[in-house]
Amino acid sequence: MHPILKLVVQRIALGLLLLLAVSFVLFLGVQMLPGDTAQAILGQSATPLALTNLRHELGLDQPALVRYFTWLGHALQGDLGKALTNGQDISQDIRQRFGNTLFLASSAGVIAVPLAITLGLIAARYNGRWPDKLISGITLATISLPEFVAAYFVIYLLTQVVHLFQPVSMVFPGMSFWQRLQAISLPVIVLVMVVLAHMMRMTRAAILNVMQSAYIETAELKGLTPMQVIWSHALPNAIAPIITVVVINLAYLVVGVVVVEVVFSYNALGQYLVDHVAKRDLPVVQAVGIIFAAVYIGLNILADVIGIVANPRLRHPK
Amino acid sequence: MRVPISAMVGIVMTSAFVLAALLAQWIAPYSITDAVGKVWENPSSQFWLGTDTIGRDILSRLIYGGQITIFVALVSSLLSFSMGAFFGFLAAVRGGWVDIFLSRVVDLMMAVPSLIVALVVLSVLPLNLVVLILVMGILDSTRVFRLSRAVAADIAVMDYVEAAKLRGEKQSWIIFREILPNALSPLVAEFGMRFIFAVLFISTLSFLGLGIQPPLADWGGMVRENKDGLVYGKAAALMPALAIAMLAISVNLVADWVLSRTTSLKGGRGG
Amino acid sequence: MSNELNHILAAAAKGKISRREFVGRAGAMGVSAAMAGSMLATAARAEGPVKGGVIRAGIQGGQSTDSLDPALATADVAFMNNLTWGEGLVEVGSDGTLGMRLAEEVSSNADATQWMFKIRKGVEYHNGATVTADDVVATLKRHTDDNSKSGAQGIVKGIADMKADGDMVTLTLSSANADLPFLISDYHLIIQPGGGVDNPAAGIGAGPYKITANEAGVRTAFEKHANYWDDSRGHADQVEVLTINDNTARTAAIQSGQIQMMSRVDPKIAELLAGSSDVVIEKAAGPGHYVFIMECNKAPFDNNDLRMALKLAVNRQELVDKILGGMGSVGNDFPINASYPLFDDSIPQRVYDPVKAAEYYKKSGHDGSPLILQVAPAAFPGAVEAAQLFQASANAAGIPLQVKLEPDDGYWSNVWNVAPFCASYWGGRPVQDQMYSTAYLSTADWNDTKFVDKHFDEVLIAARGELDQTKRKAEYSELANIVRDTGGLICPMFNDFVEGRRAELGGWVANPAGSMMNGKALSLCWLNA
Repeated sequence: MHPILKLVVQRIALGLLLLLAVSFVLFLGVQMLPGDTAQAILGQSATPLALTNLRHELGLDQPALVRYFTWLGHALQGDLGKALTNGQDISQDIRQRFGNTLFLASSAGVIAVPLAITLGLIAARYNGRWPDKLISGITLATISLPEFVAAYFVIYLLTQVVHLFQPVSMVFPGMSFWQRLQAISLPVIVLVMVVLAHMMRMTRAAILNVMQSAYIETAELKGLTPMQVIWSHALPNAIAPIITVVVINLAYLVVGVVVVEVVFSYNALGQYLVDHVAKRDLPVVQAVGIIFAAVYIGLNILADVIGIVANPRLRHPK
Repeated sequence: MRVPISAMVGIVMTSAFVLAALLAQWIAPYSITDAVGKVWENPSSQFWLGTDTIGRDILSRLIYGGQITIFVALVSSLLSFSMGAFFGFLAAVRGGWVDIFLSRVVDLMMAVPSLIVALVVLSVLPLNLVVLILVMGILDSTRVFRLSRAVAADIAVMDYVEAAKLRGEKQSWIIFREILPNALSPLVAEFGMRFIFAVLFISTLSFLGLGIQPPLADWGGMVRENKDGLVYGKAAALMPALAIAMLAISVNLVADWVLSRTTSLKGGRGG
Repeated sequence: MSNELNHILAAAAKGKISRREFVGRAGAMGVSAAMAGSMLATAARAEGPVKGGVIRAGIQGGQSTDSLDPALATADVAFMNNLTWGEGLVEVGSDGTLGMRLAEEVSSNADATQWMFKIRKGVEYHNGATVTADDVVATLKRHTDDNSKSGAQGIVKGIADMKADGDMVTLTLSSANADLPFLISDYHLIIQPGGGVDNPAAGIGAGPYKITANEAGVRTAFEKHANYWDDSRGHADQVEVLTINDNTARTAAIQSGQIQMMSRVDPKIAELLAGSSDVVIEKAAGPGHYVFIMECNKAPFDNNDLRMALKLAVNRQELVDKILGGMGSVGNDFPINASYPLFDDSIPQRVYDPVKAAEYYKKSGHDGSPLILQVAPAAFPGAVEAAQLFQASANAAGIPLQVKLEPDDGYWSNVWNVAPFCASYWGGRPVQDQMYSTAYLSTADWNDTKFVDKHFDEVLIAARGELDQTKRKAEYSELANIVRDTGGLICPMFNDFVEGRRAELGGWVANPAGSMMNGKALSLCWLNA
């Protein structure tokens, strides 16, 4: 088997084991939090009798390990069960919300990643001169705004000053692709603002780091233009750190955007997870947690593989 | 050594922030607790940056808030850096089972949602600055680990590292003398970013109830306190946001300068 | 009024010219914008309801964990949803009187121990079935039974027997209660087919709108129930409840016209919002209050002098001004205000008095260790800021009050009703008896101040069955004074409902009994084209 293929298979196998570990850690974690679903549902109206009744109804009166393995048994057969809080079918809810999450994340990623790398290359090309400083200054300013401030800023500008978009971004069945795309314009803009600087600055730094190498000098002596040198000689050798940071930001776009979801009332997984953590709704927390974990693990595998493929010395280890 | 203007600006501004924070007791015009004015007053000669959502002087709160913001962000990013970079290099240099073990542990740590981690920490550990810094540093170190491992993996297969290994140099020598200098640029750039993320992350954690107790507030928390007036031209939330942005830019100007020094340190051309 | 003004007013009221245009043209004739706005509102009302269109409401307080089961409703979104698809027996109207809905007539025997509800004939559920007296009894039973998870359990607990006979429902109480119909107006008690026993979260009721799509914590879409019995409600063809939890997004949505009404306008920005001519701010002085509660059975709060010191150390007017933006009124350390019937307005108002507070503090003999006030943003909007203002005013009186920020997560289970001193919120109740019985009776489940006073309990029970209004008022006045002077409640402020609507929305009448016209805004309002 090709060594890279072997690595991928090995990593996926390990990844599956990791997911199992994640599910157990999540179970323990939620178990450790004060309060349980019965208390959360009943809230202020909790009487001891009602609590006992509800715990029995939800199966919370069984020992923790029994509950974990029952859940695991069902989950392995593809049955994620129903939410404890409102009895909704978890797989169905998640399918819809995860679709929304991916839609937002990929829309933002498709714009942000190429833009960040291009800006990074330009900044490296004009290192220390005005285009570099301009790009750095603007991206640093956008990244230092807390997400909700960036979001309010965009809302103010594009819904109040210029009536271009709608501030509420929720999407629902029955909307066409274009309607959905229009609905998420504002969160996409905000997310691009938030992730741009990190990737751009890493691209710039990684390129500058390899610009001192001998082969760059050779390429320059061959008479290539600076942009050609950067593009075909520096970039391939700087790919590992860049791809790592790109992946960290992509993962963030999938997993970490709950603040943006809340501000724009966008119905994706982040808000769904937060709501259910607050209610200690374990089956939902487990299901969403595992999806998020799979995203991280998958993206990390991708980054490692690209890092190896891009480097001939790693590709063909001695 | 000639220090470029941009770096000078960065150094001067960063030191100004740090100094203001250190001298808070003496330079803050008001106390951080007293409601001295009306709600959301505009900047005036009395309140240079206006007043906040319950009429406290924003400038004074910024100066005091700077203590906690800069201190926590700095210490936690240093922690995440030293941890992340050390283990990342170790994984790349040792390879094999050490690499697999460390990398998968990091995968696991990244994979558990930080909301749940924060809530669990909140329920089992006492709430204080040490815990706050540890939580932030450890959560962030996973990202640094991924980056430094990726960078070091590329370097570890370079001829000069192979040569050092053949010479029989110790692992620590290889890590600190061969890998570190060559991996410094991306790491310094990352540090600049991580510092900003840390400043913003404090406010998220304080919002969850972890860490900073009122009436003291970090800058991100101050933005949050005043956010509702933002869209209606009440500048109160902008002041701490601007402070964060200025701190971010000045720290990164310094980072850029260090970065250009490290690239030239490697003995390339120009210098 | 000039002819031309009359002419454009009529045109605007019929929707032939826009509001903006009307205000502009009236302004050219020397009429102020505010005046023009109110002229238009009057004229539009005279035009009567307009049928058709889609009305969207942006409401705060919905989660993806929400259920359509009326028994489990706690926050605003579920409240609004349930009152849009469902209907109860009676409702509390905007003038505080009882309105008949699925009950046509309510009567009682002489000592208020037995209540009869005559059920309206021929009312149809969304599934085509007819509302019967048996459904009513089954519904009430579902909420009252021991396995019930209902938020209304405490309300219906006092009903000893219920039976259906033809179109009559007879409720027999274990002790007299002159307010029972008001209790039955509770928003959990939506009448469902078969009592909702089989499928409580089906969302099928007898309300003016039926559900066409529901995504919990996101959006619930409705269309007009074609066979709805009451022509005076349900004007729009379709309505939607959108969960918009973020204040700024909700306000931006109404300004840009994406929604036509919104709940919970942040009082601090209400004035700024009202500056835009498309949005009207609606206020109602309701019974909701923001409070700090001390548990009377835990040291050091078991000392009434210390409690009194703290009550005198809070600057109420400052809190009303800064936390409520002036949109509310000062509280007087008992949970009742002028929105309740039989309110005694002659009880002297307690004010901030650092000198007296210091005296009481000294008298209490407290050792000077910090008094910890636990608070979270979830306690009420502005809770953390309010606690800090309280801290500053108390410290000025020499009382070592300290604020401890708790996480929102689990606040209602870990801090409220557990910690000796914390911030909280009460939404209020339609009648005084219910408020006191819910939280101040010694045996009440939600007695969050752990207040025990035998005499208080006796007077409360007596007042409940008292039909002589003068005597009853005197009894409630006594209860108020007892809580005010010996209780664990620090009630610095009552918050108004502050809501927003688009100018083109007709039919809005503020209802102090609950938010969003007591949950009926979507059914009662219409769109002026």
